[in-house]
Amino acid sequence: MVQSLMPILLFQSLIFSLYLLGLTAPASAQQVDSPTIEIATIDDAMNTLAKGVFSEKKLAVDYLIQHGDPSLLPQLEELRSNVNRRVRRLMKPVIKLLRNKANLVSKDSEDRRVAARDLGASGMAEALPLLNNALSTEEDRWVKYDLEEAINLIALDSTNRQDRLAAIASLGDMGSAAALPILQELVNQPANDAEQKALNTAASAASRQIQKWQDIAGGIEILLQGLSLSSILLLMALGLAIVFGMMGVINMAHGEMMMIGAYATFVVQEVFKAYLGEQFFDYYFVFALPCAFLIAAVFGLILEGTLIRFLYGRPLETLLATWGVGLILIQGARVIFGDLTAVQAPSWLRGGAQIMVGVQLPHNRLFIIFLAIFCVLGIYLLLFRTGIGLRIRAVLQNRDMSACLGIPTRKLDAYTFAFGSGLAGLAGSALTLIGNVDPELGRNYIVDSFMVVVTGGVGKLAGTITAAFGIGTLNKLLEPSFGAVYGKVMILVLIILFLQYKPAGLFTLKGRHLDS
Amino acid sequence: MTLNDTVKHESMDEKGTPLRLGLAFWFIGFLLLIFVPLLNLLPQDSLFYISDFTLNLFGKYFAFAILALGIDLIWGYTGVLSLGHGVFFGLGAYAIGMHLMLEIGAEGVYGSSLPDFMVWNQVKELPWFWKPFSSFGFSLIAVALVPMIFAALFGFFVFRSRIRGVYFAIITQALALVAWLVFNRNETNLGGTNGLTDFKIILGYSLNDPSTQRAMYMLTVFFLGVAFLLCRWITQSRAGRVLIAIRDCEQRVRFTGYSPANYKLFVFVISAGLAGIAGALYVPQVGIITPNQIGVLPSIEMAIWVAVGGRGTLIGAIVGAVGVNWIRSILTNHFPELWPFFLGGLFVAVVMFFPKGVVGIFSQVQSLVPRRKSKSMNSKIAEATK
Repeated sequence: MVQSLMPILLFQSLIFSLYLLGLTAPASAQQVDSPTIEIATIDDAMNTLAKGVFSEKKLAVDYLIQHGDPSLLPQLEELRSNVNRRVRRLMKPVIKLLRNKANLVSKDSEDRRVAARDLGASGMAEALPLLNNALSTEEDRWVKYDLEEAINLIALDSTNRQDRLAAIASLGDMGSAAALPILQELVNQPANDAEQKALNTAASAASRQIQKWQDIAGGIEILLQGLSLSSILLLMALGLAIVFGMMGVINMAHGEMMMIGAYATFVVQEVFKAYLGEQFFDYYFVFALPCAFLIAAVFGLILEGTLIRFLYGRPLETLLATWGVGLILIQGARVIFGDLTAVQAPSWLRGGAQIMVGVQLPHNRLFIIFLAIFCVLGIYLLLFRTGIGLRIRAVLQNRDMSACLGIPTRKLDAYTFAFGSGLAGLAGSALTLIGNVDPELGRNYIVDSFMVVVTGGVGKLAGTITAAFGIGTLNKLLEPSFGAVYGKVMILVLIILFLQYKPAGLFTLKGRHLDS
Repeated sequence: MTLNDTVKHESMDEKGTPLRLGLAFWFIGFLLLIFVPLLNLLPQDSLFYISDFTLNLFGKYFAFAILALGIDLIWGYTGVLSLGHGVFFGLGAYAIGMHLMLEIGAEGVYGSSLPDFMVWNQVKELPWFWKPFSSFGFSLIAVALVPMIFAALFGFFVFRSRIRGVYFAIITQALALVAWLVFNRNETNLGGTNGLTDFKIILGYSLNDPSTQRAMYMLTVFFLGVAFLLCRWITQSRAGRVLIAIRDCEQRVRFTGYSPANYKLFVFVISAGLAGIAGALYVPQVGIITPNQIGVLPSIEMAIWVAVGGRGTLIGAIVGAVGVNWIRSILTNHFPELWPFFLGGLFVAVVMFFPKGVVGIFSQVQSLVPRRKSKSMNSKIAEATK
C-alpha cells in the first residue's frame, strides 16, 4: 500500500509546490510597488477593486470587510465574474461576509440561522462584531443558539488563550455538533507546553460533553421515529383487529387498502397540479386525506360484498382469498401507475421544528403521530359514545345474541369492514409523506401489522395500541445497534417468547367459551 | 368454529373401501421413473421424444410435489396452515447449494477456492458454518436434518403455547419474512440477493450434462414415491387418525387425553424435512437458489398448490404442485404480466368455488354417478312395490 502511494504523494507535492510558486511569485513582485492610494470611502474601494493593481485591491477588500454594505453585493458579484481566479479568491471573503450580513437581518429565521452557521464555519474574525450585533437584537431561541455557536467557533481561533478556553468550555456546554470535529482536532494536537496542555484537556472534556449530548439527542430522535412508525402500524392494525375480532376475517389485502390510499393521494395531487393554480397546491393534502379514506373504504365495501361475506368465521380461507385479491390489486396498480411514483409533500409539512439542541422534529412525522392520535380518539368516541359503537361492541361479544336482539349484523359488518379499510387508506396517505409510492407499499407493513394484532390480542383497543407502540418503538430502538434485519429477527423471537406467556395476546375479552 | 373452519374430506378410507397400494401407484411410478426418461433417449425427431428441457422442468415440478406432500400433511390432514414452508425448502436448498459451491473448487470466475460471491464481498476465509459442507455425506444429512431441527425448535415454542389457526399462519409468515431478510444480507455469507448459483459439478458429474440431469429427474421421482409412501403410512396409521381428529376438533382430542401439541410438532418436523429434501432436489436441477424463492410470496404460493390440488388427499397435493407450476411456466413465458392476476384469481377461486380442489371435483363427479344409479334403483323399487 505504502509503496504504491508514494509516487502519488510525490506527484501531489510537486503540483502543490508549483501552485505555491505561481501564487507567491507575482504577489511578491507586486508588493515591491507598495500601495500608493488611500481608501477612505466605499466608492474609492469599489473603484480600486475594479481598476487598481493587486496590492491595492487587497486594501480595498480590507476596507470593504470593515465598512461594506450588503447593497454592494450585485456590483461585487458582477466584478467578480469579470476578474481572474486570483482576484476572485481575494474577493471571496467580502462577498461571503456581506451576503451573510444581509441574511442575518432577514425576516426568515431559517435564513438567519444558515448565515450564522456559515459565518461560524468560515472562522472569519471580522464577522465577530456582526454576530455580536445580531445577538443583541435577536429573539428567536435557535437563531440565538446558532449565533452564540458561531461566535464561540470563531473565538476558538483567537490568539488570546483565555478566550479560547472560554470558547471551548461554552461550546461543550452548548453541545455544539459543529464544534466536535474541530475540538477533536485540538485534542489530537501535540501538547508541547502547559498552555497547549490546558487547551487539550479542556477540548477533550468539551468533546466528551458534546458526544454525550449527541447520544441523548440521537436517542430522542430514534424514539420519535419509533413513534411515527408505531402510528402507521396502529392505523393499519386497528382496522385489522376490529375486522378480525368482529367477523373472524383475516384481511391480507389490508396492505393493499393502504396502497390504494397512497395512490388516491397521488391522484389528488396530480389533479391539483393539472387543474388548480400553484397557490392551491399546498392544500391538496387536506383534500387527499378524506379522499384516501373514502376510496379505500369503497374498495373495502366492494371486497366485503363480493367475497368476504361468504367466508365469515373461516379465517384461514379469508387469509388465502384476500391474499389473492391483494396480488390482483398490486398487479393492477402496477399496470396503471407503473413501478414508482412519488408524492410531493405540501410545504407546510416539509421541514421541521427544533425542540432541543440537535433534535429536529420533522413536521411530516409529527403530522402522522397526530393523525394516529386523532384516529384513535375518533374510534374511541365511535365505539363507546355512539349507538353504532354500542352495536359493534355487542356483535363483537356475541354475534348470535346481538342478531336476536335485532341488530342488523350484516350491515354492521359491511360498514365496519369499510371503516377499517378507510383507516388503512389514511395510513397510506400519511405514508406518502415519508416515502415513495409503489404498488408493493402495503406488503412492507402487512406482516408487522399482523404481528401487532397477534401480540395485542383481539377485541380490545388498548391491546392494539400498546402492541403497536411496543413493536414500532422496539423496531427503531433495535435498529441502530443490531441493524434493521436483526432487529426484526429479535422482535419475532421476542413475540414468540411473549406468546408463551400470554398466548392470546396482551388483552383479551373475557369469556367462558373455549376459544376455538 | 373449527368444524366449519376446515373442509372435511371424504377420503376413500372413510367410505369404508380400504386404500390398497393399487396397481395404479406402481404403474404411474414405472411410467414416470423408467418410461419417461427412456423417451428422452429417443432420437430428437421422434414423435414421442421428450426434450431435456421438458424433463428438467418436470423434475422441478416433482421436487415441488414432495414439498406439497409435506404441506398437505400439516395443513390438509392436521389443519395447521403454515405459511413458512419456503424457509424449510430454502434451508435444504441452501445446504446442498453450499456443497455445490464448494465442489466447484478453484474453477470459479476468480480462481479462488472460495465461492465467487465471497471474493466480491472480500471474505478472506471460509466461514465456519460452510466448512462441514465440503463433505457430500454431511450435506446430504444436513439437507433434511437442518430444516427438521429448526422446525422442531420453532414448533416446540409455538405449539406449546397453543398458537393455532390464523395465529400460527401469521407467525410462520413473519418467519418467512425474517428468513428472507436474513438470507438477503451479505454478511450472513449466504450469497445475499443473488443467492447461490453457477454450480458446475455434483459428485464429479457435470451438472450441464443431460445424463446427470436425467439422473436427477429419476432421483426426484424416486424420492417423490418414497415421500408418498411415507405420508400414506403416516396418515393411515393410528397417529394419522389423531391428526385428522385434531384438524376437525382439537379441543375434543385434548379432552380425550391426547396431546395435540406433540402430534402437531411431529408432523411439522416431518413436513419440514420433506420440504428440505425438495429444496435439495430442486437446486441441482434449476441451478440457482435465491432468497426470493423462499420468501413470503413463494411460501404462501406453496399452500395454494395444495389447495388447488385438494387438501387432505395426498394425490391432490402432487397434482396441485405439478399443475400450478406447469401453468405458471406456460403463463410466465407467454403473458408475464398476466401471471399475478391468474395467481390471485386462483387464490380466490380455490377458496370460493372449489374448496376441495381438483381432486375434489373428480370425487364430486364420481359421487354424482352412483347417486343417480341408486335413485333409479329406488324408483324401480318404488315401482315394483306399487
